[in-house]
Amino acid sequence: MLHLVNKSPHDGCNLDTATSIMKDGDSLLLIEDGVYGAIKAGKAASLLEGRSVSVLGPDLAARGISEDKLVDGITIVDYAGFVDMVAASDNVQSWL
Amino acid sequence: MPETKKLMYINRKAPYGTIYAWESLEVVLIGAAFEQDVSVAFMDDGVYQLTKGQDTTGIGMKNFSPTYTALGDYEVNKIYVDKESLEERGLTLDDLQHLVWEDEDEDYAEKDSIRLVSRAELSEVLADQDVLFNF
Amino acid sequence: MSSIEANGKTYETDEEGYLADLNTWDKDVAVVMAKIDDCELTENHWEVINFLREYYEEYQIAPAVRVLTKAIGKKLGKDKGNSKYLYELFPYGPAKQACKYAGLPKPTGCV
Repeated sequence: MLHLVNKSPHDGCNLDTATSIMKDGDSLLLIEDGVYGAIKAGKAASLLEGRSVSVLGPDLAARGISEDKLVDGITIVDYAGFVDMVAASDNVQSWL
Repeated sequence: MPETKKLMYINRKAPYGTIYAWESLEVVLIGAAFEQDVSVAFMDDGVYQLTKGQDTTGIGMKNFSPTYTALGDYEVNKIYVDKESLEERGLTLDDLQHLVWEDEDEDYAEKDSIRLVSRAELSEVLADQDVLFNF
Repeated sequence: MSSIEANGKTYETDEEGYLADLNTWDKDVAVVMAKIDDCELTENHWEVINFLREYYEEYQIAPAVRVLTKAIGKKLGKDKGNSKYLYELFPYGPAKQACKYAGLPKPTGCV
């Protein structure tokens, strides 16, 4: 299953819920304000430990977050990569 | 001569995900015409509005981050940034745009507009305002 | 959506005559816009128009009159950085009218 989070980790509990419900083999894609969750020095970074996490590159760039600020091992995808991830998943859960 | 009021605009939302940040910036710029004592605070996710290096080409939205650097021209030069909000988000002052204003009385000397404040300091500043606007 | 013709090209505008897309701007459309207002563009007009385009490029907003006046004064001298000079050039209001010719949106807070 692919989990999508589009809200800041400090705005509500979407990232907490998503990461706590994820199973092994699930992936998480952070988009829009969700990309703030991928900042290594941020409070929410620990939620991503041991998870397969991707972030949407254009949303990172828009918010001025450079790659060196991200949690190690995270994958940056573009819109085409986003589509590939959706297509490759049997199901998508959007934590709106 | 009408009385000058202390107005503070409080920004607590990230840019782009919602329209609040841009709306607030427009209201601040419009309000600046009324020659009041204006200050702006950035706290919680609002601190994200000031990050440098924003490039919105890929998301097809207007990049309004350069507009914050015009605040000095509008004589909005008291910009408070909440230190704890920055730290929680893994950011430092270095990650933010450098905002300045020119002091006409000192031969247009450039001065910093951003004041990094603790929660306690911000609480004092808030208590001192006549009107608070929240975005 | 309205439009303006200049030199055989069509430029889309809003109902008040401001360009719909500032990237479509060129000097030809500025001249035609000014003609509609019975205004002939001189070097002094172009100075202000070019300044506004540079300001927008840098800050992504059209400046308020007060800010424009101050900035013009700093860049082009005190004899030009005052409302009398700017209103003589742009009698419909320096921010409104000059921004229109510069292809910018109406200044923020202008009604």
